[in-house]
Amino acid sequence: MGDLVKLQIDDKPVEVPAGTLVINAAKTVGIEIPAFCYYEGLSLQAACRMCLVEVEKSPKLMTACTLAVAEGMVVRTDTPQVVEARKSMLEFLLTNHPLDCPVCDKGGECELQDLTFRYGAGQSRFSEIKQHVPEQQWSPIVYFDAPRCILCYRCVRICKEGMGVGALGIINRGAPTEIAPNVGDHLECDECGMCIDICPVGALTSGSYRYKTRPWEMKHVGTVCAHCSNGCTTTLGVYDNRIMRGNNRDRSGINGEFLCVKGRYAFDFVDHPDRLRSPLMTVGGRFEEVPWSKALAAVASKFEEVKQRGGKFGVIGSTRTTNEENDCLQKFARGGLGTENIDHHRTGDLVTLLAAVRGRADALATTEDLYRRKAILVVGADLAQQHPLLAFQIRANWRHHQCRVYTVTRGPVREDSLSVLRVRAEEGGELAAVESLRDALKAEPELVILFGDAIQGSTVRGLVEFGDSLGIPVKYVCLLDYPNSRGAVEMGLTPRDETGLTLPEMLTSPDLDVLWVVGANPLKGASAAAAGAFVVVQDLFLTETAQRADIVLPAASAYEKSGTITSVCGEVQRLTRAVTTMGVKTDLEIFQWLAKLMQLDLEARPTVSGEAEIRTGLIRSAGDTLFTSGTLGRYCKVLNSLREAPGGLYQWTS
Amino acid sequence: MLYNEPSPLEVKVLTRRFAPAGPASLDTYLSTDGYAAFRKALAMQPGEIIEEVKASNLRGRGGAGFPTGMKWGFVPRSSPQPKYIVANGDESEPGTCKDRLLMENDPHQLIEGMMIAGLAVDAHAGYIYVRGEFRYLIEIVDRAIDEARQRGYLGKNILGSSFDFDVHTHTGAGAYECGEESALLESLEGKRGIPRIRPPFPAVVGAFQCPTVLNNVETFCAVPAILRDGGAAFAALGTPRNGGTRLFCLSGHVNRPGVYELPMGFNLLRMIEEVGGGVRGGKKLKAVIPGGSSCPVLKADECDLAMDFDTLAKAKSMLGSGGVVVMDEDTCMVQAALRIMRFYAHESCGWCVPCREGTLWLRKLLARFHEGQGTPTDIDLIGDLARNMLGRTFCPLGDAAAMPTIAFVEKFRDEFEAHLEGRSCPHG
Repeated sequence: MGDLVKLQIDDKPVEVPAGTLVINAAKTVGIEIPAFCYYEGLSLQAACRMCLVEVEKSPKLMTACTLAVAEGMVVRTDTPQVVEARKSMLEFLLTNHPLDCPVCDKGGECELQDLTFRYGAGQSRFSEIKQHVPEQQWSPIVYFDAPRCILCYRCVRICKEGMGVGALGIINRGAPTEIAPNVGDHLECDECGMCIDICPVGALTSGSYRYKTRPWEMKHVGTVCAHCSNGCTTTLGVYDNRIMRGNNRDRSGINGEFLCVKGRYAFDFVDHPDRLRSPLMTVGGRFEEVPWSKALAAVASKFEEVKQRGGKFGVIGSTRTTNEENDCLQKFARGGLGTENIDHHRTGDLVTLLAAVRGRADALATTEDLYRRKAILVVGADLAQQHPLLAFQIRANWRHHQCRVYTVTRGPVREDSLSVLRVRAEEGGELAAVESLRDALKAEPELVILFGDAIQGSTVRGLVEFGDSLGIPVKYVCLLDYPNSRGAVEMGLTPRDETGLTLPEMLTSPDLDVLWVVGANPLKGASAAAAGAFVVVQDLFLTETAQRADIVLPAASAYEKSGTITSVCGEVQRLTRAVTTMGVKTDLEIFQWLAKLMQLDLEARPTVSGEAEIRTGLIRSAGDTLFTSGTLGRYCKVLNSLREAPGGLYQWTS
Repeated sequence: MLYNEPSPLEVKVLTRRFAPAGPASLDTYLSTDGYAAFRKALAMQPGEIIEEVKASNLRGRGGAGFPTGMKWGFVPRSSPQPKYIVANGDESEPGTCKDRLLMENDPHQLIEGMMIAGLAVDAHAGYIYVRGEFRYLIEIVDRAIDEARQRGYLGKNILGSSFDFDVHTHTGAGAYECGEESALLESLEGKRGIPRIRPPFPAVVGAFQCPTVLNNVETFCAVPAILRDGGAAFAALGTPRNGGTRLFCLSGHVNRPGVYELPMGFNLLRMIEEVGGGVRGGKKLKAVIPGGSSCPVLKADECDLAMDFDTLAKAKSMLGSGGVVVMDEDTCMVQAALRIMRFYAHESCGWCVPCREGTLWLRKLLARFHEGQGTPTDIDLIGDLARNMLGRTFCPLGDAAAMPTIAFVEKFRDEFEAHLEGRSCPHG
């Protein structure tokens, strides 16, 4: 693939690597060759015939999407024959396509509309009767309108090849050909919505966005998804300060055009009716709405009082707040309150991994590495269920570069279908199982190892020792659950020496005076031993923890603030505020206001010494699925309506 | 079984064992030079076998007429992959009914032809793809395969040589498109019968992604005669670059419809008169489809020509699959065009836009037209739409639908005009 090939397209000189398709070579000189069925990353089809071009010395027009460049090739995309061909292909497509534009959700962002305007005829010559079949609903969010379908098969390919699910198929032959769902008249799948977004027309549409607005009425804000740790960019369509939909329109993120069900549909927690919009204070055993000034003054004065008498603080930070907020909180705790009792809901043993690879460059894998490296080992994780972007990257790597995948898991996972070797291991047996793959892994030129929460403490060190012993370059990914789980560790939301209490220790500490909980729900299914502790909670909803609080401060969500968060593979990405909600403040604003009230100088960074103490039994993945997202997921109505099999993974059987 | 009386003008090479009694048994086959060609080929180098086939000027009998020897030469013998021989018995081209007779009456000839191909390209497994509607043929061919296996003509170390070969039948499920070679391979592999992107061609990437020789049943059936009597002898039976004989399926308005094996280059008018006994009922000849419905129709005054690939190509039609459909003066050409378009619209696999939408549009248009509801601009529209399909489809089915339609409109425009303005069909 290294040699360059010289050719000409419309009299422009083009130089591209050998193997480049003419349709892509044309892009390098700014020439657009239209296509419906050609989609980068998916298998070639040559079905729509829109990309037909003239090639010197060829008697027939050739499809640019399947033609690789050749030295000295002369291609023309601007001749009358090509113009006529494009016009006629569009005319054929529009014969049975219904004139639904006024009522079709895709209007305004429809590729058929765009290409017809650009290359099509102004009038139709079709005067026969169109074939109509009624629209079908295949799931709460997937609607299918067969007459609109132009049979480009992008949806079938993205589901089967891209996602590895294969829930969409093709039935019948000829003009009555139809896309069909996998179970009778409906879909049982990941509900990721990739098919809806990849559809160039309005054949597949979203049930949650239906008829709400038009694409040109929305402001499209690309920000980072608020749910898992993979760091996908989701594009929120905002109209009148309300999020109308989420999709993959902004392709600039590490996820490209991938997005899962949560990134697409789980934004409706933002305007859930249970959103806290006013600070609450416990007065006489009941919550009372109070103004911000009163609530914050009460918090500041309590903190001041406890600090003066040398009382005990417990600070629980969030896995969903920004790096800037996390840094501010740890400074507040250490410098402002003088405490080392700071922790967060840890879901993977990143701290031990960081310690084990300290000082090494290139020991941690990026999301791009999962697409490029030649061998991947997955230990104790169900990627398709819990890390859908990472699963997508690995699957794309396997499709495009034939990478080799090895899995060591407790039960079947979707990656089994791609894996060269798969080993089942019960909890505790992972290292032995990995050891059994030594010979195969040693023969690889390089390796990326991803591991889940079952690998903690000394097992992490054991895994790194194993990797070191292979004699090949190895990179690691410690799988974490939440959007800024990584940032929580890297910004210091863990105790740095033996004096600092961990989260479980804070809960069992009987003499805790203050428990400050930011964006976390530790008291779900647990209670604080210190019955008399003063509990301050910053959150979006009245969670179990907030219900036990003395003061509740309503916080802004990820979609309502700016700042940076760090994905599981270490990409630091910027959040862009999409909407604002009355009555809430960002966590950063709250910290800064409190600091001001307490006259703290947060810029004076305290020195931090030593490495974090790792104690076993602390770390547990929340075990979220595609359809759950911790406490936040409870408030995502659309997401909750989609649960196929509670906690179950759609099994791809072939 | 025979379906028509043989004609004295036939040159019976492939059909010499056709008999009223039914399929030639292995014993009958052996007693009439059966497997002699294979024995000869066993002693030849693979390259020599291919040269002999090239010398015969045998061209694909399925329709495209590609030189068979050249096709076999494209298979990379040195490839480490296994190679396959696949016989195309999908026979779905309207007007064609010869491959069924060859499989029915002389199945061993087909098997022997495939084995010789196997020797030529180092293949040891073959598939005979039979259209699903030919249920009865599967049993006949399977019985012949069993016979051959039991008597050591298939299997390991055939006739004491080091050559292994085995053959399996495989049914289609009712799709014309599966006669297209790459769609056939997809169907053989258990997938939807959609053609593949080519290049690469089956000779290099074929059945199960391995190099494959894929030929029509009749083509394979000609191979034993070529090896037995020599390629030059076979070539001499035909015309230059169009060697041998071929089975013509004479149907339509003739007195003696049937399947006749005639030398390549036989005159079409002579075929209709002397072999077919002339147009029935004493009617006048109006038009002939020379090689199956995909071939542009010939007007009566264009029929005085030699039936071989090159002559038909020069006449802007095709020799095709040998389905000669004779139409008399009472035939409505608009209805003929409609009937043919209904076939292609039904059989279109639906993969590519111009064929899927174009055949359906043309079918609806022609139906409306035939009912007398056409407008003057419709006549030009028919030709226009067909031309928009031509050369732009994923596989030749689109061309097969477009070319005849263009020919009907161009050559019989007056008939189309006679249907305008609500007039009922002049031919009732």
